[in-house]
Amino acid sequence: MTQDTLVTLTALAPLPPIIAFAVIALFTNRQRALSAWLAVGMMALSLIMSWIVVFSVIGRPDLATNPLHGSIAWIPTGDTSLSMGVSVDPLGALFLFMVPLACTLIILYSVGYMSHETRYTRFFAYLSLFAGSMMGLVVSDNLLSLFIFWELMGFCSYSLIGFFYYKPSAYNAAVKAFMTTRVGDMLLILGMVYLYTQTGSLNFHDVMMNKTVLEHLAETPALLIPGLSAAGLAGLLIFGGTVGKSAQWPLHVWLPDAMEGPTPVSAMIHAATMVSAGIFMLLRFFNLFAISAEVGNHTPMLIIGLIGSLTAFMGATIALAQFDIKRVLAFSTISQLGFMVAAVGIGAYGAAAFHLLTHAFFKALLFLGSGSVIHGVEHGHQHVTGHHEHGDPARAGLDDGHGHDAHGHDTHAIEDGSRKTEDLHGHGPSFVSSHSSHKEEFDPQDMRNMGGLRSKMPITFITFLIGGLALAGFPFITAGFWSKDEIFAEAYHFGIGQGQPLATLVFVVLVLSALMTAFYTARQIKLTFFGHPRTDAAAHASENTWHMTLPLIVLAFFAIFAGFVNVPKDFMGFGDIFKSLGLAGWLKDFITPMLIIKEEAPAFNLVPVLFSLAVALGGLGLGWVVYSGRNLEVGVPDPVQKLGGLYTFLNRRWMWDELYRAVLINPLQALADNYTRVVDKGIIDKILEGGFAIGSLIADGFKTFDRVFITGFSDTVGRAFKGLGNFLRDLQTGQVQGYLLSAMIAVLVLVGFFLFVLAR
Amino acid sequence: MLNGIPLSWFLILAAALFCIGLYGALARKNAVAILMGVELMLNAVNINLIAFWRYLNPSATVGLAFAAFVFIVAAAEASVGLALIISAYRNMRSVDPEQMDLLKM
Repeated sequence: MTQDTLVTLTALAPLPPIIAFAVIALFTNRQRALSAWLAVGMMALSLIMSWIVVFSVIGRPDLATNPLHGSIAWIPTGDTSLSMGVSVDPLGALFLFMVPLACTLIILYSVGYMSHETRYTRFFAYLSLFAGSMMGLVVSDNLLSLFIFWELMGFCSYSLIGFFYYKPSAYNAAVKAFMTTRVGDMLLILGMVYLYTQTGSLNFHDVMMNKTVLEHLAETPALLIPGLSAAGLAGLLIFGGTVGKSAQWPLHVWLPDAMEGPTPVSAMIHAATMVSAGIFMLLRFFNLFAISAEVGNHTPMLIIGLIGSLTAFMGATIALAQFDIKRVLAFSTISQLGFMVAAVGIGAYGAAAFHLLTHAFFKALLFLGSGSVIHGVEHGHQHVTGHHEHGDPARAGLDDGHGHDAHGHDTHAIEDGSRKTEDLHGHGPSFVSSHSSHKEEFDPQDMRNMGGLRSKMPITFITFLIGGLALAGFPFITAGFWSKDEIFAEAYHFGIGQGQPLATLVFVVLVLSALMTAFYTARQIKLTFFGHPRTDAAAHASENTWHMTLPLIVLAFFAIFAGFVNVPKDFMGFGDIFKSLGLAGWLKDFITPMLIIKEEAPAFNLVPVLFSLAVALGGLGLGWVVYSGRNLEVGVPDPVQKLGGLYTFLNRRWMWDELYRAVLINPLQALADNYTRVVDKGIIDKILEGGFAIGSLIADGFKTFDRVFITGFSDTVGRAFKGLGNFLRDLQTGQVQGYLLSAMIAVLVLVGFFLFVLAR
Repeated sequence: MLNGIPLSWFLILAAALFCIGLYGALARKNAVAILMGVELMLNAVNINLIAFWRYLNPSATVGLAFAAFVFIVAAAEASVGLALIISAYRNMRSVDPEQMDLLKM
């Protein structure tokens, strides 16, 4: 295929889902099935177009330095012109492979998962726009258009997290997600503006692949901040966008609440779109940090590494003490994103990209699997309550109409002792009302209500097991092992091997986090699928339709095989096998040409691999042992609850929400209240009121003048004529003889006048 | 025969007759009587006309002609007036001019 055709295909690839959004929103919003299959079909079309491009360019050895690129002059500004266009370089190609695949599967899954919802078509419209935005972001060739799609995704996430807008927790979560990411986006805008003032271009290839520009940036001292180069400052500001979008500490608080949306949305946000976009952009600007470190300024990398490690550790610990099946996954996402950011912080570019790719597959799998579990348990619950409440069809119909995600969230917030978004936004009325009735409510997302599902939902069980093992890094057969091991190997190489303190810290923290990851994965799988069913609902759960299981199977395939594209060449045994397939280290060789400063790939070292094996198998084994036998029975408290105060601290997510409420939200609200009272009501209103009083006084003067002179004059004239008329009317008596008498008098007067006055 | 009677006696008679007619026209409550008063006033004028003609310019016929005109007009006026009064009486069951004030209402 020719270059031009490929560029056109790339430019057109994000369009089908966006067209699907417009068509569903405008025309087919009454036809449920048509809208859903339109969304699936358009996304599949996008997938085909993307993959044609990906597989056409994937073999090009010079793709990094000479990417597939086409652009048009968009906004002429003075003597230059801002161009917009598309490009596919190795990093973009990687995403162009993963993103449409995951989006297609998630949308297909939604056909089954959302089938009970009202506002079904609206969901597919938003989901299509979400997917289209992510596609646009991936193929963008400059930061400005990337930012436009970035913000479109922000809007879509807001709409979808708040999809059940009648629940206070859902719309609070939507607002929280939007506001929190806005903080990061503000920094991103500043970084974009600063980068443009320094380089005069926002094109990735022109800036990031041009060593002269990068060295100029690295040698220019930063604005206002001493000891930082322009490259470092721009990079850190842009990293601020990543912190918001990819839920890094301190802006991670929105992601756990984002699961208020329907489960496919969680899969979309956690795997294919939102959070991946943040890491994707960080990888795009990796050369800024690399050049900064090259000239001796390690501060940006240090900050990124520290934030990533802290987030990885924090996410893993919090996930230990959650009971909501989706919330465990939400915190594991935060933790895994921390792994990637920490990897970027130590300069492990290829490892971060690799982990992002594999994570997208197994996290999408896990979320869709958890959705399948929730759907199954919810149906089991309806099955049970349908028997119990046979005489009340209206009630049963109501439950059916509300669907699974809309159900039981409010109560869950109380049951596990953590308050959700209500902490940030005050207690809504429904919070209070659900408190009184929470004994009767059933939460299909609480793992304590599950158990023994492996025989009820075999496909979901096997695929979820594969996803969980990939997340835990089960050795050799799962994708997660290879990508995590890559990060460990690099961290070990730079840290213990070369003595860099940051990399050493990252290595230690990530190994600990990986241990906890394996533990809570084992806990989740055991609580959900093993033992005996702990509720009637779990006992009556059943497997879902093919719309839902097919995506699980496809994703499970990738959760295993996606790891084999980057097996280290000198990895004992496996290296030789995959070298014969041409896959060993393929991904790294493919994308590292994107780097300006090439690092020597670390040679194979057995120590990090042993660590990797130890934490994965150790964590899984420990979890397996702890969560077995009596601990899976009904009513037995979870072993993590024996940790007492530490458990509460973890369950309430290190109290970040409470801290932000106390430190930021309450003071800001107080400030706003005082500002309203003092400035608005006290000063501005008073000035306006004074102006009104003066105006009113002048108007009163005019009013008096008007009344006395204008109205008075016309009234007088009118009254005079009226009086005259009345007088004349009285003369007309209607008495003929009266008239005759007056005529006689008049004649006498005239005659007298003539005789005695004129004749004189 | 007339030579012994001075002109002034005719004029006095005419004036007296006119005053009687005027009083009748102004004071009567009966439209027919008013009409009769008007006739008296017209005839008082006729007496004046004939008297002046006979004493001042008996060779000309202008005075006689005038008097004849007055007769004829008076007759016509009386017939029209009577007709009006009858019509008014038919409508209002009254010939009292004080009650004929429909336009005033």
